[in-house]
Amino acid sequence: MAHVALADKEQELAHPKTWIGMYVWSQDHKIIGIQYIITATAVGVVALILSGLMRLQLGFPGVFDFIQPDEYYQAVTMHGMIMIVFMLTAFFLGGFGNVLVPLMCGARDMAFPYMNMLSYWVYLLSVIVVCASFFVPEGPTGAGWTLYPPQAITEGTAGADWGIICMTVSLGLFVVAFTMGGLNYVTTAFQARTRGMTLMRMPLSVWGIIMATILGLLAFPALLVSVIMMTLDKTLDTSFFMPAISSLGENLSHEGGSPILFQHLFWFFGHPEVYIVALPAFGIVSDLISTHARKNIFGYRMMVWAIVAIGGLSFVVWAHHMYVSGMNPYFGFFFATTTLIIAVPTAIKVYNWVLTLWRGNIHLTVPMLFAIGFIFTFIHGGITGLFLGNVVVDVPLSDTYFVVGHFHMVMGVSPFLVVFGGIYHWFPLLTGRMLNDAMGKIHFWLTFLGTYAIYLPMHYIGILGVPRRYYANGTTEFLPDSVQAANLSITIAALIVAAAQFLFLINIFWSLFKGRKSPRNPWRATTIEWQTPDYPPKHGNWGKELPVVHRWAYSYSVPGAKEDFIPQNEPPSQYTRGEGDV
Amino acid sequence: MAQSPGNAVLAHDAVTDLVSDWSAEKEVFKVHWGKAMMWIFLLSDTFIFTSFLTGYMKVRISSTVPWPNASEIFALSFGGDPIPLILIAIMTFVLITSSGTMALAVNYGYRRDRIKTATLLFITAAFGLTFVGMQAFEWTKLIVDEGVRPWGNPFGAAQFGASFFMITGFHGLHVSGGVAYLTYVAIGVMNGRYEKKGYDIVEIAGLYWHFVDLVWVFIFAFFYLW
Repeated sequence: MAHVALADKEQELAHPKTWIGMYVWSQDHKIIGIQYIITATAVGVVALILSGLMRLQLGFPGVFDFIQPDEYYQAVTMHGMIMIVFMLTAFFLGGFGNVLVPLMCGARDMAFPYMNMLSYWVYLLSVIVVCASFFVPEGPTGAGWTLYPPQAITEGTAGADWGIICMTVSLGLFVVAFTMGGLNYVTTAFQARTRGMTLMRMPLSVWGIIMATILGLLAFPALLVSVIMMTLDKTLDTSFFMPAISSLGENLSHEGGSPILFQHLFWFFGHPEVYIVALPAFGIVSDLISTHARKNIFGYRMMVWAIVAIGGLSFVVWAHHMYVSGMNPYFGFFFATTTLIIAVPTAIKVYNWVLTLWRGNIHLTVPMLFAIGFIFTFIHGGITGLFLGNVVVDVPLSDTYFVVGHFHMVMGVSPFLVVFGGIYHWFPLLTGRMLNDAMGKIHFWLTFLGTYAIYLPMHYIGILGVPRRYYANGTTEFLPDSVQAANLSITIAALIVAAAQFLFLINIFWSLFKGRKSPRNPWRATTIEWQTPDYPPKHGNWGKELPVVHRWAYSYSVPGAKEDFIPQNEPPSQYTRGEGDV
Repeated sequence: MAQSPGNAVLAHDAVTDLVSDWSAEKEVFKVHWGKAMMWIFLLSDTFIFTSFLTGYMKVRISSTVPWPNASEIFALSFGGDPIPLILIAIMTFVLITSSGTMALAVNYGYRRDRIKTATLLFITAAFGLTFVGMQAFEWTKLIVDEGVRPWGNPFGAAQFGASFFMITGFHGLHVSGGVAYLTYVAIGVMNGRYEKKGYDIVEIAGLYWHFVDLVWVFIFAFFYLW
């Protein structure tokens, strides 16, 4: 019986003939994904260089004349905002989301390819606007990535005139771009899966990506509203966030606004944002661990429910970023409780990763190294999160380097390790060539050990009381000299790690042209993105007929099967039951 | 003893059924993709307006200066005594009526009555334009005659003007966008652009339009009646 697959029912793909139509104004999800990846990487390199500037100042205070306090604060702000929003969010959802969701679900493309294309171009525009702020009078905003008013828009803060407007406008554009892309990812995963691909057979990568997208669709509105209000406060002198205030000896015209309102709106976005970055990382790392340990993921259903639970809980914890803001102390009690509850599903995930490794046939390939590295850094950052989730422990640690160490470990390094692992894993799928192994291993060890050399000492100097975001500590009585020694060693480690990232970029370029040709399905993975008729997959992905899926994504080392993996689309046989694998 | 399963068991079965139903090898929502997308978008948009209105409530509650009296400011007099909220009542009536014509358009769309569908869509868009026009009149009156500005006004808290212009402006943009969208769809219906694909798009546009109306009801309640 001729079966019309679900995904073929409603979709007509545009098939452009020109080079520009295929690779520039492309509606192909893989090309759009690569466009996202390239743009996010480029802007990530900018943010990386900014962090180098910060470290140079902290390691060698006063040595480099071109880093003055204003420049330092601008570097702090732009590094944070670019890395979190324009790099990690865009990379995971725009990059991996675009490439993986249709391929792993067995769809020909995103549900709405044209809107998907628009999403990228608006994203590019937002990146251009945020980078333009480096060139406006007085430079980018130096308000810190959280952009707290009143100081963000008051004279005396670097970039309080044009920098902050560029920032708010680019964030607004980013929200628009994300919404167009996000609607695509969710609709595709919900509606356009191929025959046999039930939700509970989807690889965890897809689960992580679509849950993160749902979080984004519900959290970014709060960011949009807060930047609109902030822009109005700046340009039209409204007083949403501005109380009566005097600045540089003059009373400003504002009165009656509420700075705390901004913090609530911002963190209602800001906390889910942590999971927007973390959930795709959780998903992808689950697939990497399972594939490279040749063992089914431990507790698949629990993994899915943990993703859903974390996503839901992430909306009721935002004020744990505001314990010292002066809000009602009873709030602190509530938000500390919800925050600590998140530890439960998160711990389920960590145990399941470890139990997947347990007695697995572990191949220490480069993606696997990054995946295992992620487990370490994530546990580390997660445990310091328990400290900061408790009000009484957080209050003295607030705004110290302990916080910097914590969030860089948990949402800086950890997602980045997964980004790298994902690139090493899927690079062959998109280019047909393998990345160089030796360079990859050097990259891994320098990055992994280097991040510990950077962030572990930060926890110590944070407990000593070194405040974050300070241009220089000067001669502060309660700080021993060893703090400067620690800062110097952190800076040296940071520069080495930064250099290692350029080795990674060299690896990409070198392998693109000179890399070993990749065999089909080089990691012997079960997921169907490796089963396309063309390798690498072409526009439309599946040739004439969509694949039919018979089992979940984790049939590794099935006893009796002739290989140690059974692709999701292999028809059932004596040893490879189709049903009931889950 | 117990003949029927307990409530807990039933609830568990219901959850299990829901999960297996949703996770089966089919579309999660048994609707046109565009419709599913529009629902998800509207959910996201709901969060935008919720954030706006919550922000407005917060600045209103924490304002140190008395809040202006809405029924005096939004009153309009036709020769005689001022009638409170009359303009806004007419605007609301117009918008709610447009939802009615929209619903009719969806109905005729599924019956493939192209002329009636397109006509009703144009009427809906015209109601929308009327609404935006009246809003422009209201803004002009507030700004020119009453001296209300985003940064201050003679009646009380400065946040009154700021939130009013921001929220009604954002809603007005939604209505204007909707008018453009409806006009585009109406022209498409007239030209027979959807003969092959089906007329789901009329319903999808309708979802958006009803949503914009619904949001207006909340803005009306929180802004004019509070």
